[in-house]
Amino acid sequence: MNITERLGKEWLFFDGGMGTILQERGLAAGELPEIWNITHPDEILSIHRAYLDAGSNIINTNTFGANALKYPENLREIVETAVAHAKEARRQSGREDAYIALDIGPTGRLLQPMGDLPFEQAVELFGEVVRIGAAAGADLVLIETMSDSYELKAAVLAAKENCSLPVLATVIFDENGKLLTGGTVDSVVALLEGLRVDALGVNCGLGPKQMLPIVQQLAKVSSLPVIVNPNAGLPRSENGRTVYDISADEFASLMAEIADLGVQALGGCCGTTPEHIRKMIEICKSRPFVPVKPKHRTVVSSFSQAVEIGKKPVIIGERINPTGKSKFKAALREGNIEYILSEGLTQEDSGAHILDVNVGLPEIDEPAMVAQVVTRLQSVLALPLQIDTSNTEAMERGMRLYNGKPMINSVSGKRESMEAIFPLVKKYGGVVVGLTLDENGIPDTAEGRVQIAKKIYETASAYGIAHEDIVIDGLAMTISSDSSSALVTLETLRRVRDELGGNTILGVSNISFGLPQREIINANFFTMALQSGLSCAIINPNAEVMMRSYRAFLALTDQDEQCAGYIAAYGSQLAAAPQAAPDSAMSLAESIERGLRERAAEAARTALQTVPPLELVNAELIPALDRVGKGFEAGTVFLPQLLMSAEAAKAAFEIVKDAMRGAPQETRGKIILATVKGDIHDIGKNIVKVLLENYGYQVLDLGKDVAPEVIVETAMKENVEMIGLSALMTTTVVSMEQTIRLLREKKPNTKVVVGGAVLTQEYADSIGADCYASDAMATVHYADSIFG
Amino acid sequence: MIDFDRKEGLRYLGYRDVQPDAAVEERIARCAADLQAAAQPKSVFASFPLSYPEEDALAFAGVVIHSRNLLRNLKGCRRVYLMAATLGIGPDRLIARASAVRMSDAVIYQAVAAAMIESYCDEVNESIRYEAGRDGLYCRPRFSPGYGDFRIEHQHDLCRLLDTSRRIGLTVTESCLLAPVKSVTAVIGLSDTPQPCHRRGCEECKKTDCAFRR
Repeated sequence: MNITERLGKEWLFFDGGMGTILQERGLAAGELPEIWNITHPDEILSIHRAYLDAGSNIINTNTFGANALKYPENLREIVETAVAHAKEARRQSGREDAYIALDIGPTGRLLQPMGDLPFEQAVELFGEVVRIGAAAGADLVLIETMSDSYELKAAVLAAKENCSLPVLATVIFDENGKLLTGGTVDSVVALLEGLRVDALGVNCGLGPKQMLPIVQQLAKVSSLPVIVNPNAGLPRSENGRTVYDISADEFASLMAEIADLGVQALGGCCGTTPEHIRKMIEICKSRPFVPVKPKHRTVVSSFSQAVEIGKKPVIIGERINPTGKSKFKAALREGNIEYILSEGLTQEDSGAHILDVNVGLPEIDEPAMVAQVVTRLQSVLALPLQIDTSNTEAMERGMRLYNGKPMINSVSGKRESMEAIFPLVKKYGGVVVGLTLDENGIPDTAEGRVQIAKKIYETASAYGIAHEDIVIDGLAMTISSDSSSALVTLETLRRVRDELGGNTILGVSNISFGLPQREIINANFFTMALQSGLSCAIINPNAEVMMRSYRAFLALTDQDEQCAGYIAAYGSQLAAAPQAAPDSAMSLAESIERGLRERAAEAARTALQTVPPLELVNAELIPALDRVGKGFEAGTVFLPQLLMSAEAAKAAFEIVKDAMRGAPQETRGKIILATVKGDIHDIGKNIVKVLLENYGYQVLDLGKDVAPEVIVETAMKENVEMIGLSALMTTTVVSMEQTIRLLREKKPNTKVVVGGAVLTQEYADSIGADCYASDAMATVHYADSIFG
Repeated sequence: MIDFDRKEGLRYLGYRDVQPDAAVEERIARCAADLQAAAQPKSVFASFPLSYPEEDALAFAGVVIHSRNLLRNLKGCRRVYLMAATLGIGPDRLIARASAVRMSDAVIYQAVAAAMIESYCDEVNESIRYEAGRDGLYCRPRFSPGYGDFRIEHQHDLCRLLDTSRRIGLTVTESCLLAPVKSVTAVIGLSDTPQPCHRRGCEECKKTDCAFRR
């Protein structure tokens, strides 16, 4: 019988520890355990047999660390022998009913951007193992001990794309119920349900006792069968060796407690032995088995957070969108990702729960931009993202690279739309926004919109996408062209909630298009929509009037216990108000020198009422910056102050730029900055960037871990005269040298300035740099000397 | 909750014998609090017999190391502890976030986190000293790959021997950098005789032009 026919319907038991038993039998520290498939086949065979004799239904191949990074020469042999040993053990023990799990552990490398392993390379590394293991005859794939949701996603995709076997996945939580990279039970379950694994759970890290609260939460939220494979207690160091303390009897009785929590598969991990497993099975198999039940939860997730839709209304920030925003459009054209990141971070601070991400412009490569923005956003903020594009290719790139279960904006009732989007949702997971329009346009009645909603639900269901993974957009249309449109929208919300049991979403501010003082209408309509059952509101969370409506609604509808959220937001504002008129006489120069960002912006605004913009820049701004820069070089001003002043100056520059809108914006020169290939430390480079921008240079920031080819190609394409390269370690200065060499070959007239902890003047000379900058100001001076 | 040496943090920011002004002080306090919340300190250590297969080399657990500086550090030792410690991915994310919006915070996070990982290593080192002391052995100052002529490529060996990626989430990149960034690996020699002991290996380092040298 195929395992999927039994999984979640009856008790299934995994095996226990492999690595810890191998250590007892002589595996040395640092020796790769999978080598024993070749060097000690009898030991591997006997361990498998012992577990089968103990009653395990599933045995895991000795392939935990098998990947091409660790076995570049003989991966195939390692994996094939591993599967062969498991099969042989099954034959010898006469347990033809047992299943062989191709065991897949983490790569041992951290994925980009925090580490250096590209996501797609991780997918390929796992894929290779899956292909070999499946061909060798494994019955299922068990992805285990994953501590990073991104790597977990890579492994699941690899398994799904490279075989048709059932895929099970378990992760490792610490005592606080967190993955090493911050994920929670809820966020992991959302991700894995979205990726449509066959069962999920927890292994390693903790003993059964410490796992109890985690397992409780798993059983509560998971609609998939839950697997629990704990260690034999917490590890303890004894004479430099790791030991586990829990006896087989104690383990078994603790596992019986876990069995009663409504889980479906049990086994062990480090420190557990065939004896632990035998006793566990003995006790647990007679415990009442509770089949897994669907939980019907609508959840999106990021690497660390899960947001549930359908309980408290959810705020989706709308600001990452170029529509009607000239600065945003310019940022997209210039590849100024920092601008987009700061839009995201501001909304996170303002209280958004999810961020909509729309980076479509006709003249840019949207799939590449979505990939870049999603990757960068998820490296700096923790909110789940809503990928918003009508470009299917861009949608797939975003969904694939997204670290979690995304929200998808959107599908409509048009057949073509559903045929394009639903297969992606089926593959990558997601909660998808269903627009209530179709080939015949937007119905002007709620009845028409509800019918389209039904069609979307039904079609999704045919693709295997659950009701709860759809959120219906009732479509807010401006009342300035049809004064009944708000009523139709509100009725649609109510009917989707009451008749279809569905969740809803609106782009709230569309309601006032064409009207003056739009916020008045928006905020009031928002309250009405919430009262009509709106689950998700796409709004500008930085607009205080909207957040007031939201917080007031929660407080008034018993969704803000003791009004705590409301008081936290507004309780202190009363006290702060009288302070609003401080000694505002501080000059722009002084605000900059003291590093006061808000003051500097204010001072610039005030000064511009009487002083022309250019004069303000030349007479106040630049001299103030110069004084701070000189102080830094003289050792009287320190790095934090230098940067605080730079940030204050930047805030003032923004105000000046706004005042000069229309006038041509000149930059003093274009400079590429990059942290070289192999290096992931980019602080130094980022400091230099802030200062160069202050002094009027346009910086093309290529980021960290940048290949020589990318730097040189950009220099050629953008015709850049000066490049700044940063490297922290001797090992990465090598890439710096390669970059310079390639540059000399392809674009010889470009000047290169280098910096970084290990660099010296001599070192810089030896790799052929034009200039060695010992600190950030030195780079500014060098740029001044080049661009005059 | 990890203590950190405030003076050390200030030193990384360039302050030597100078007190930062109130605004910077306040920022440092806030950044330190953020880091305390974000850090997930984890460590692992184990001891191995030490041998000297050649005149200018030492070896443990099958790893042969050619390094005069490390040899000098370990002179007379017959065992070593290997240790690895990390603050986890949280501080890296805080720094990345601040780099996008407020670089002045990023450099403060960076400096305070650097001081924190050193303090945390001192704590781990103390546990090792205690464990060694029970066997009547004394610790030498810890010595990390990248110090002097102890090649940074040995990060891979230390992390493999301690199984750091699985046990504490500490990985090594292709170019031998540790990820998460706020992490340290080190070798600590064990000898039968006490030695006037520096806590850190800085003094052993030949890189005399290092900006952070004491």
